[in-house]
Amino acid sequence: MTDEARPRSAVGAPPQGGRIGRGTVPADCSSRTSAGSVLAAGNASGPAKPVLRRSLERVLHPFAPVLTVLGALGVVWYAAAAWLNAPQVIERVLADQPGWGLAELLPLTWSMQRPVLPAPHQIGLDLWRSIVDWPLNSPRSLLFHTGVTAASTLVGFVMGTLLGLALAVAIVHSRTLDRSLFPWIIASQTVPVLAVAPIVIVALGSMGLTGVFPKSVISMYLCFFPVTVAMVKGLRSPGVMELELMHTYAASAGHTFWKLRAPASLPFLFPSLRVGIAAALVGAIVAELPTGAQAGLGARLLTGSYYGNTVQIWSALVMSALLGLALTGAVAWAEKWFTPGGRK
Amino acid sequence: MSALPVGMALAGHPWRWAFFALLVVLAMLAVVSLRRLSALDPKGWQVRFATPLLFGFWVLLFWEMLTQGFEVPKVLLPAPTVVWASLLQGAPTLQTDFVQTVLHSVLIGLALGSGLGFVVGVLIDRSPFLQRGLLPVAALASTVPLVGVAPIMVMWFGFDWHSKAAVVVVMTFFPMLVNTLAGLAASGHMERDLMRSYGAGYWRTLFSLRIPVALPFIFNALKINSTLALIGAIVAEFFGSPVSGLGFRISTEAARLNMGLVWAAIVVAAVAGSLLYAALEWVERRSTFWHPSIRMG
Repeated sequence: MTDEARPRSAVGAPPQGGRIGRGTVPADCSSRTSAGSVLAAGNASGPAKPVLRRSLERVLHPFAPVLTVLGALGVVWYAAAAWLNAPQVIERVLADQPGWGLAELLPLTWSMQRPVLPAPHQIGLDLWRSIVDWPLNSPRSLLFHTGVTAASTLVGFVMGTLLGLALAVAIVHSRTLDRSLFPWIIASQTVPVLAVAPIVIVALGSMGLTGVFPKSVISMYLCFFPVTVAMVKGLRSPGVMELELMHTYAASAGHTFWKLRAPASLPFLFPSLRVGIAAALVGAIVAELPTGAQAGLGARLLTGSYYGNTVQIWSALVMSALLGLALTGAVAWAEKWFTPGGRK
Repeated sequence: MSALPVGMALAGHPWRWAFFALLVVLAMLAVVSLRRLSALDPKGWQVRFATPLLFGFWVLLFWEMLTQGFEVPKVLLPAPTVVWASLLQGAPTLQTDFVQTVLHSVLIGLALGSGLGFVVGVLIDRSPFLQRGLLPVAALASTVPLVGVAPIMVMWFGFDWHSKAAVVVVMTFFPMLVNTLAGLAASGHMERDLMRSYGAGYWRTLFSLRIPVALPFIFNALKINSTLALIGAIVAEFFGSPVSGLGFRISTEAARLNMGLVWAAIVVAAVAGSLLYAALEWVERRSTFWHPSIRMG
């Protein structure tokens, strides 16, 4: 129940939100955490249980459902890998070995060179090897590619946030911009902005700009919409009472902004930043596709798909997921740090 | 607009001061007209729509004048008239692209992904254990660039629209799941107790109370998904597609520096996205007419 009090509705639902819903409170997992507490009563430990076991249960209890789901996912994954890879294994390896059984088939399906669906341990092994076996500056190291993508994501995120903030401040203070520009910003959320990625890359490339900058421009494009929309709402969130109080203090527009509007908008800012940084990562990855970039997670996806190297695709995918989690986690941490009085 | 005498090479042209003067006058006119219009009382819908439309008109006009007047290379930024010309010229191509991307990949993928998310949401709504297991996973999925599954889907389902629809299904599943669960939990105890006092069973309560209450949430997810679906379909085409599709058109024509057609394809994608969104909005207004936010206006 930690998140309920915060005006999460500012940026819409957690996945790619940023839309101004009409009174529809967006969904979030945190608002449902108590739903499962019924279960606690079911398998609550009796008073006679040993202390160690009880404390273990207390630690494991919140994670048990997630672990169960992930475990089930693992089982399904291995089964699916066996099922999908079996035809190839039978055709290539077992065809000239009469009398094979399931015991021969299964290990082979989970250790193919280029499987249709690699087993989780193959992906893990590939990740581990690409991290440990190669130095950080080698293009064979996955961490090198992760660093390239993370760099353009972060640069784009900073540029997008600054642009979003500037636009929001301008819109809040100018009625003209509010009436003429803001509707376009909202309408542009219905448009697949990502489609302009090849244009930006080619156009900036023709001006001699390559490397991190064009990619961050795309991240910036994706990132500034949620920030602007949430901040316009956040900067307007102080009520008439508070604004009139500032007026009675004879506060200037600048004072009102820094003392009232800016602090009031913080709870709106951080959820939008979380949406923004996830979008910036998608932008950076997609920006690495159209020109067949040399480095980056998107380039790894692309080369993997060219050469049919499925394990490489999957490990790049897992790595980009981890990067996404790390980036949003960092924003969440910053939110805790910067919100006065902690997260309410 | 091409009748404007701005297509000339400005450097050294004797009349170039006239162009700059025209530019300044028009800029002042734009600022004044926008300020006057936005100072009006925005009660009527005409004023509310007129201001952004006028702003858009001025943006297009200056875009045209500046790109033509300063002879900006078409690779960098083609003038709106150039985009319009290639839109008309490439209309048959873009039409097949539209059918391939929007009518096949997006609509089918959106229907399957959202439908699956809804059904799974309704099913696991009865199990708090599964909810607590799946919701964190769904929340994590929102921070993960799911569009990266595109190369895998292309490998599994081939180059045609099936693989793009599969990417769309993966991308749209989780938002719908999360919102369905939140929507199903939105009906209050009073209403549920009332249903029970009527002797209504689980299904009756579901269809007469809980799904209608969940509709605003479901439409919220559908609207988020409509944009996600277009992005997913277009990006998935960057990984390989048959010789049609908006994403294919954008990436190949950009590589050939044929920017007019690229921008035209983007216009088509933008219009398709807006129409999809507007259609969902219209259906939402018709089906959740009872909701306070709609009754108020």
